[in-house]
Amino acid sequence: MATRLEAPVEEPRSVEKAAVRIESATRRYARRRGATVTAIESLDLAVGRDEVVAVVGPSGCGKSTLLELVAGLQEPDEGLVTVAGAPERRAACAWMPQRDLLVPWRDAVGNAALALESAGVGRAEARRRAAPLFERFGLADFERARPAELSGGMRQRVAFLRTLLADRPVLLLDEPFGALDSITRGSMQEWLAEALAEEPRTVLLVTHDVDEALVLADRVAILTPRPGRVRAELTVDLPRPRRRRELLTDPAFAELKRRALDALEC
Amino acid sequence: MLRRYWPSALLLVAAILAWQGIASLPGVDDLTLASPVETWHSLRTDTHLLLTNAWTTAQEVLLGLAVAVVLGAGAAVAMHLVRPLRDAVYPLLVASQAVPVIVVAPLFILAFDYGIGPKVLIVALTCFFPITVNLLDGLRAVEAEQLKLMRSLGASRLATLLKVELPSALPYLFSGLRVAATVSVIGAVFGEWAGADRGLGRMILLGINQLQTPRVFAGVIVLMLMSIALFLSVYVVERLVAPWGRA
Repeated sequence: MATRLEAPVEEPRSVEKAAVRIESATRRYARRRGATVTAIESLDLAVGRDEVVAVVGPSGCGKSTLLELVAGLQEPDEGLVTVAGAPERRAACAWMPQRDLLVPWRDAVGNAALALESAGVGRAEARRRAAPLFERFGLADFERARPAELSGGMRQRVAFLRTLLADRPVLLLDEPFGALDSITRGSMQEWLAEALAEEPRTVLLVTHDVDEALVLADRVAILTPRPGRVRAELTVDLPRPRRRRELLTDPAFAELKRRALDALEC
Repeated sequence: MLRRYWPSALLLVAAILAWQGIASLPGVDDLTLASPVETWHSLRTDTHLLLTNAWTTAQEVLLGLAVAVVLGAGAAVAMHLVRPLRDAVYPLLVASQAVPVIVVAPLFILAFDYGIGPKVLIVALTCFFPITVNLLDGLRAVEAEQLKLMRSLGASRLATLLKVELPSALPYLFSGLRVAATVSVIGAVFGEWAGADRGLGRMILLGINQLQTPRVFAGVIVLMLMSIALFLSVYVVERLVAPWGRA
């Protein structure tokens, strides 16, 4: 993991030092007969270096659009989206879509190695570099498994390793556990929190699950229904590592959750 | 295995019995319809003749299929990569299928020669379409999200084609190949009818002219077996090369 951006330890995470900055971004889609749909409107959001920001909002509030704007897969119609450290956003961001998109003709390591191969690394070398991550992130013995042989949670982990191997300072995670059952989702959240503790990155995480946001994020941005804009931001000052079980009885967690739900409902 | 195929075997036996029954009816001319027994007799006595001619036809079919795969895959990839090319060529490709092979076959023989070349060309013409169209469909069936992922990973057009689009289109290519394999034999027969000195098609044509009906039927049986063998080979290769099936 060579290109991790190191921030000085004591420096406060201020907007001036933001790794990702979205300034009054608007994105509209053309519909039939000249009608347009505004997915997000005048949205402002900044993510500091190695900060984990969760974006929570109702379905259809433009969360995925927001991520694709940052990923450089779309351009805003108005406003600015910038990612520090690279002239091109796409080169600085690793995007993890909701579906794992593992290809059936490659085994697990081969799928993760696809990120390296896409950057021009040879097939054998890419596999060689991907394999140690399986060991480190609890996927040893699954290297040669085909996607069809893996559970949903396992597939999602492989997809996350692929995202890590892209070796970009910013991770954009689009409801990474949205398709999993709630038990698996819980353990995956803790797994991801540990992974990020080991490999700190700037993370913009989209989710519709308030608990997930509070377990993983340093800050939570709550979006309005479409067109999406930031309605409220909450700083999650819960100590880490956060265990879901312990959080359940933590009054600070309960208070944060109440505030988040209030902001979502009004 | 047995359990799965016994209905098929039963049907085959029933068909042969019905065939024998119809052929044995008093009003049916032996020269129009050879009975299964007569056909079997011809298969036994003309084995050598059938096999030498079958070998010629098999060569035409296999070479023609190989040419069709190379050209068809090339055309599909080119049309996939260059949109204007697809828009321009696709309608012509469809129209070309309306040209009856039986009409152009004699022209090929005239233009080229009496040997294997024109037959290979005719087989290739017959097989080109299903291969091209299926592979093109497969290349276009790759999900937009998957392509977006490759784009975000910084993959080049070529890398996306080689690592995602072509592998995911392989099962489609095999669908096209299965169709091509079954019709390829017909192409070879038309090619031989237009002018040849050997091959199953020519043998059948001669048999019709010489009123050797059992031999004609035996030739058709061998053609059928060739079609089935080709179809099964494609299936086996697909199981080995692309066992994951369509997405």
